[in-house]
Amino acid sequence: MAAIHDLECRGVRKRFGAFVAVDGVSFGIPSGSFFSILGPSGCGKTTLLRMIAGFEEPSEGDILIKGRSVLSLAPNRRNVKLVFQHLALFPMMNVAENIAYGLRCKGVARGEIARRTADVLERVGLPHAGSKDIGQLSGGQKQRIAIARCMVLDPDVLLLDEPLGALDLKLREQMKIELKMLQSQFGTTFVYITHDQSEALVMSDRVAVMNHGRFEQVGAPRELYHDPVTAFVAGFVGDSNRWPGRVLDRDPAGVRVETDSGLTLAACEAGGVLRRGDAVEVFVRPESISVTGAQATDATDATDGSGEHNRQAGRIEGTLFNGANSRILVRTSTGEQVEADLPQRGPDIGFENGAPVVLAWERTGSKCFARAGEDPAG
Amino acid sequence: MNQRSIRRLTLFMLLAPFLLWIALLIVLPHAGIFTLSLREKVAPLVYTVGPGNYLDFFREPIYWNTLLRTASFSVLVTALTFLVGFPIAYYIAKIAGRRARGALFLGCLIPLWVSDLVRAYGWMILLRETGVVSSFLQWTGIVSVPVELLYNDATVVVGLVYTVVLFMIVPLVSTLDGMDNSLIEAGYNLGGNGLTVMRRIVIPYAMPGIVAGSIVVFMLTAGSYLTPILLGGKNSMWFTEQIYEQFITRFNWESGAAFGILLLLFTSLTVWLGLRLSGQSLASTVARNEA
Repeated sequence: MAAIHDLECRGVRKRFGAFVAVDGVSFGIPSGSFFSILGPSGCGKTTLLRMIAGFEEPSEGDILIKGRSVLSLAPNRRNVKLVFQHLALFPMMNVAENIAYGLRCKGVARGEIARRTADVLERVGLPHAGSKDIGQLSGGQKQRIAIARCMVLDPDVLLLDEPLGALDLKLREQMKIELKMLQSQFGTTFVYITHDQSEALVMSDRVAVMNHGRFEQVGAPRELYHDPVTAFVAGFVGDSNRWPGRVLDRDPAGVRVETDSGLTLAACEAGGVLRRGDAVEVFVRPESISVTGAQATDATDATDGSGEHNRQAGRIEGTLFNGANSRILVRTSTGEQVEADLPQRGPDIGFENGAPVVLAWERTGSKCFARAGEDPAG
Repeated sequence: MNQRSIRRLTLFMLLAPFLLWIALLIVLPHAGIFTLSLREKVAPLVYTVGPGNYLDFFREPIYWNTLLRTASFSVLVTALTFLVGFPIAYYIAKIAGRRARGALFLGCLIPLWVSDLVRAYGWMILLRETGVVSSFLQWTGIVSVPVELLYNDATVVVGLVYTVVLFMIVPLVSTLDGMDNSLIEAGYNLGGNGLTVMRRIVIPYAMPGIVAGSIVVFMLTAGSYLTPILLGGKNSMWFTEQIYEQFITRFNWESGAAFGILLLLFTSLTVWLGLRLSGQSLASTVARNEA
């Protein structure tokens, strides 16, 4: 038998009337890892989380914690704790009472409660906050108290329902790192759900990308970013240029695609074998495109999708300055708009608006997927 | 006119109705009643100032017994109203679907459109000797002779609870409605059972609403007149009845005024005591300081 997972879902399905919110999801999370479920709002991730916590009952399938089915257990009997989206700290109790609540429910002795409360406050870095009212805490502190309130109970799995959503950007960046640190410090399995891909990629050991109630792909952040297996994952994780088109022909190394606006590209099949004439979508990451300056005269000759490399001529339409992540917008001669990373090296080589440039990228940089809805597999 | 004086005038005009209402309908009558209560009759049309009317109240056990009885029954009615009203309010605010919620809330409000008098007569039709309940009991053979269900304390209490329960439900629904459901779910998630969640999360959260509802219900009950008289009859021994009797039957306005002031003081004292015991302040029942 395989190693026992902290949390395992087997074919979990949830229907609300005719609507299928979660459609046959199966996964196992090994002990002590940080697992994220990433998906747009309405993809079913919250429903899945609520089923794990016991607030919803699956229509089909099984949920196991530490190898034992928990379907027959009420929410208050499951050793799965949940950090709510808006944290749900009890406003009528102070910090210490909030943390002690779960221990008191368990019937832990008074002295032991005080000791463990102080201990967990120490671990989340707020050793003197016990007597504070919830209203006196900052957003980041509330976050840590919400986690402490769960962690004091030694859960098998900690579920987090987009807890960073309400924070401002600066604090969110900081809390990402802090959450990751807390997780490795406690060594508890975290299941984190979010619609923010950067949260999922930065913090997680493994990420499941969810769409329409299904897992599209489960893998390490690096895999999802570099080797997406579906068009949805390619489009949802990270930024991409995205063009619809059709397969012109194929060869052993990949396919040649003509986009709807007439651009010819060399691409590789990332999501299964394609046939000639298939409707496809091509994804190219901005960082895989290299930009070089060009004379206006040779720019037209440079357009070439016939070899192993893609070369496209165009003119700069605008610059999106964002420090190290700056981009330029290029309009190709066929009229496509392409986003590419602004080269960081050397002096500015004249990337002004209207300047002619040549864009070049490897065939493996353009990933080609059958267009959603026309995929023969479903 | 400059900006400042316009603003001042606007403020004054906005406040005027409120100030008039307070001054003419609250302060003035109470001041009048209070002066009246201190007037002692020494001979026809000859009066002196003194506490005699108040002393009479304490000298005559039937008076203060009636007041104590009224107060303790009002406390009982308030407690029963909470027990009846809380589950209804909880159901409306937290369990019922969005559509049903509006309908149920409206259903609670509809009886308010009918006057207290009509509602009290409704009870009389049901409970009198020849009433619906009595006839039904005879028809089923449970009793053989007509039973009189009116004119006892239990009926008065039931009638009062029915009259005032709404004033408990409304503030409770609005406080519970403002409570995030995730607080309840967090209560369960952290290991609490239904009882713990109710006792340690829902009730403390709803406390301002409970106190607000209890104050209104207590004051309404202690000051009610129609229901105790109609359902309790001659021996309902309600303090408002004493006041009425002094004013109207005995034409002893001085004594009636003193009783009125005493009722006000006594109920205020009870409310203050209740606030102290529940650890709430009057301000917190009106507005919640959100975290």
